[in-house]
Amino acid sequence: MKNLVLKGTLAVSALVLLATAASASTLDDVKKKGFLQCGVNTGLAGFGAPNDKGEWSGFDVDYCRAVAAAIFGDGTKVKFTPLSAKDRLPALQSGEIDVLIRNTTWTLSRDTQGFDFTGVNYFDGQGFMINSKKLSGINSALQLSGASVCVQAGTTTELNLADYFKANKMEYNPVVFEKLEEVNAAYDSGRCDVYTTDQSGLYSIRLTLSAPDDHVVLPEIISKEPLGPVVRQGDDQWADIIRWTHFALLTAEELGITKANVEELTKSDSPEIKRVLGQEANTKLGTDLGLTNDWVVNIVKAVGNYGEVFETNIGSGSKLKIARGINAQWSKGGLQYAMPIR
Amino acid sequence: MASQDITPVGRSSAKASLLYDPKVRGLVFQVLTVVVIAGLIYWIINNTITNLQRANLASGFGFLDGRSGFDISSSPYLAYSSDSTYIKALWVGILNTITVAFVGIITATIIGFVIGIGRLSHNWLIRKICTVYVEIFRNIPPLLVIFFWYLGVLSVLPQARQSIHLPFNTYLNNRGFFFPSPVFGEGAWLAGVGLIVGIVGALLVKRWARKRQMVTGQQFPVGLTALALIVGLPLLALLIKGFPLSFDYPVLGSFNLKGGAQIGPEFMSLYLALSFYTASFIAEIVRAGIRGVGKGQSEASHALGLRAGPTTRLVIVPQAMRIIIPPLTSQYLNLTKNSSLAVAIGYPDLVAVGGTILNQTGHSIEVVAIWMVVYLGISVLTSIFMNWFNARVALVER
Amino acid sequence: MDNNLSYVRTEMLQEQTPPLGERGIIRWMRINLFATPMDTALTVFALLVIAWFLPGIINWLFVNAVWSGPDRSVCSTVAQGGIQPEGWSGACWAYVNANFSQFMYGPYPIDQHWRVNIVAILFVLLLVPLLIPKAPYKVANAIVFFFIFPIVAFFLLVGGWFGLPYVETANWGGLLVTLTLSFVGISVSLPLGIALALGRRSKMPVIKMLCVIFIETIRGIPLITVLFMASYMLPLFLPPGVSFDKYLRALIGVALFASAYMAEVVRGGLQAIPKGQYEGADSLGLSYWQKTGLIILPQALKLVIPGIVNTFIGLFKDTSLVTVISMFDLLGTVKQHFADANWASPQTPISGLIFAGFVFWIFCFGMSRYSIFMEKRLDKGHKR
Repeated sequence: MKNLVLKGTLAVSALVLLATAASASTLDDVKKKGFLQCGVNTGLAGFGAPNDKGEWSGFDVDYCRAVAAAIFGDGTKVKFTPLSAKDRLPALQSGEIDVLIRNTTWTLSRDTQGFDFTGVNYFDGQGFMINSKKLSGINSALQLSGASVCVQAGTTTELNLADYFKANKMEYNPVVFEKLEEVNAAYDSGRCDVYTTDQSGLYSIRLTLSAPDDHVVLPEIISKEPLGPVVRQGDDQWADIIRWTHFALLTAEELGITKANVEELTKSDSPEIKRVLGQEANTKLGTDLGLTNDWVVNIVKAVGNYGEVFETNIGSGSKLKIARGINAQWSKGGLQYAMPIR
Repeated sequence: MASQDITPVGRSSAKASLLYDPKVRGLVFQVLTVVVIAGLIYWIINNTITNLQRANLASGFGFLDGRSGFDISSSPYLAYSSDSTYIKALWVGILNTITVAFVGIITATIIGFVIGIGRLSHNWLIRKICTVYVEIFRNIPPLLVIFFWYLGVLSVLPQARQSIHLPFNTYLNNRGFFFPSPVFGEGAWLAGVGLIVGIVGALLVKRWARKRQMVTGQQFPVGLTALALIVGLPLLALLIKGFPLSFDYPVLGSFNLKGGAQIGPEFMSLYLALSFYTASFIAEIVRAGIRGVGKGQSEASHALGLRAGPTTRLVIVPQAMRIIIPPLTSQYLNLTKNSSLAVAIGYPDLVAVGGTILNQTGHSIEVVAIWMVVYLGISVLTSIFMNWFNARVALVER
Repeated sequence: MDNNLSYVRTEMLQEQTPPLGERGIIRWMRINLFATPMDTALTVFALLVIAWFLPGIINWLFVNAVWSGPDRSVCSTVAQGGIQPEGWSGACWAYVNANFSQFMYGPYPIDQHWRVNIVAILFVLLLVPLLIPKAPYKVANAIVFFFIFPIVAFFLLVGGWFGLPYVETANWGGLLVTLTLSFVGISVSLPLGIALALGRRSKMPVIKMLCVIFIETIRGIPLITVLFMASYMLPLFLPPGVSFDKYLRALIGVALFASAYMAEVVRGGLQAIPKGQYEGADSLGLSYWQKTGLIILPQALKLVIPGIVNTFIGLFKDTSLVTVISMFDLLGTVKQHFADANWASPQTPISGLIFAGFVFWIFCFGMSRYSIFMEKRLDKGHKR
């Protein structure tokens, strides 16, 4: 009876567990599986969204491809798990995904709760969007007292919002939803006056509204939102791979290595390019990382350099047209700074 | 061989078949189950502790005293802000759950009884309309009904500036339903006293009238007297104090209607959906209950000269109630549990608030434990109340 | 006796047709619609309500509805950026039409849809003869349906064998998820529910207590918390790095939840079996399992068929809750596409919801009608 039931459940669960049991090293595990399981947004145009055919594209998605390319030499060996804000960290913790690249803000409490942020692939800040047609007089967030604000549950955004209105002694009425699509739908239908999330998100969401041109993003940035890839704590090698994939993308841009010329540049004489692309004699840079020595070549071949990834997905080559701003290279006044590959 | 044949059956079988003794087998089986379950629990606890350590999470309910940091859109009873503690946020959620369940239960009961009685009407048209209602709502998921109200109906209402103006200075728009809220001035407490006195008086009158009817057979208009007492006394009190009562009317502000009181679309759609959905089940219960009362009862009642109204009220319904109440209780519990679907449309009930806290703090075990305790508590309380009520209406057998 | 009494009629009079008010439609109306003044008032009121709503509803559903079109413009008025005249309001079936394959299969790869179709056809082919009481080979059919079919369906839907590409459950969606979840949930919850019900009536106190705790706890909490538990707490309970498929987690949640309700239904049936049946079985020397399997359960289950089907219907409706844990069943898929900028119009949500509601309704209504039919059929043999 009861224990028959239990035996049954145990047997079933044992089967499932066997199928998904992870070994100690995430890299070995991924290599054994033959693909990378990457957690992405459920649908944020430009950052991570599927098209009609279920093919994924976006800034974060390209980062997943870059990691896959670094490991397998093939950027297509990746599977995407769309995750809501609420599900993302539990999914990473449980091992459902190998890495989370889903515009996740790096905070101290997240970093200490069993996760490791490997870098910042996009420096962002929280902003507000309003319908300028309906609220024509408003051009600053400080005029928003009394407004209904749409926000996604379980984000740092929700907390910043409360702090901002409190600090400025303004009132507001939060309209909170679990899922991004629900927040979008509520804002679009006029359930609330203001939409707040990371500014990059606002630009992306604006495109999916029924009348994008009616909506403006207000100038205020009320928080720091450094977004980056996250891995489980305790696997330093895996964290290194994700971290250095990011630096490889940045370094490639710095050195002018692009998708188009990377093949050609493998024959370059420049010692720095040779080193980065793994063409130096007896180099061990890639293998020390647990990858092959041509890992940077593979990354750039798959997705291009950081600038290319940025421009095609969210920059001038996309509908979002987000300026590089603080995400420019350090040498051009931005904050993106790659540690040297040597 | 022959000698063995005459050994008492009992003794030999007792020896040979310790394995087949049902008591022993039962015992062994139970011990085995306990061992398996204990092992499983130990395994789970062990894993959980490892996982919590890995995630650097402290367990325990201490986190509930921390500052929540998030705001809640609807907190009608408690003064809540982002500076309040998590525990207060949970209380807001619990109260919201109880509110929507309570008004939902009342409305569902009313609609359910009307439809249920309508399904037994002699009038073909009424019968068919009620049948269509029941068959539609019984066979679609409650979540869909909630979305229907929220996305299909309430969110396509006009914007704040084009609000639909209803009588009594009430407005309807896609931000909800706005109505004037009473503002009590100096001395309004007397009206409250009047109300309480009125209710107590009405109850006393009812007892007295009943006693008198038992003795003399004379009837007394209890209903009218009660109404006069309950409405009249507070009004009188207000008159004495010179109407210290004013209304705060909603007016158009820069974003929305300001002032007055507001019922958000989240609450409205949840409330309407739960009421309409549960009413279809209650209607079926009521129908079955009324049909369960023997035809002889109504015939006897007619023979005594009671007309249709009093027959239903005094003969059928009291007997039907006995059949109706047990399944009705479980429908009330279902409605309360279904109110957790609030999370899908962003109404801050216990599950939605708990979900946010779970997400902010990572204390999933504690939050889920709170959910379970609260819902089980509500279930137990409702069951106790309904059992008490059931005992009151139960047939008193000689 | 003299038969010649002139006042006694010797031949019967010709039967007259009843007066106009006592026959045909008029009589029917008099009895069913206008029996008393109150009835008349109710009828008039009901007619007024119908006259008020029905034309509008029919207009919206059919007359003004848009049946096909490329994007949102066909479903919105000029002011909303579409082509419809001001004041237009009608169902946007074009939205359903355009996304129909999504609603059925979700993100299941389009070139693999035939696999789902084969499973669906097999399902219908096996189910229909099972439901028709007179169809032959019931036992063989049931074995194939409950044991062989699920295995075949599993291999077809998941793939990864025999050259079929692997389709992970994350790529399942729409009605496919609703139906598979319900089917597996139903086939798991019935045996589990029976086991729990037997356990609850067991004479072994430990078993009884465990079953009571399980049943009452599950019945006391909402399904959402069970689903949350399955998705947030299960990972904590398992060794680090081990994870369940999300689909499977939802399935476990739904099946456990339904089994607690099923247990109570079955218990009702067990309690209704007269004590004589138990004693009779005992006196024949049957073991517990023989007694239960051959004497008690067949009778008890027959008694509670309506309750069992109601639990099935409940489970079927409950599968829609998986959208709350970010899985896309029929309702979730329909809702997900509201946000699609291509189709966002004021009429889209309500049209999509009515479509989803209609699909759910057909299945639930069908199940409830079938249960009434079976109940009537089985009733014949049971009356004493």
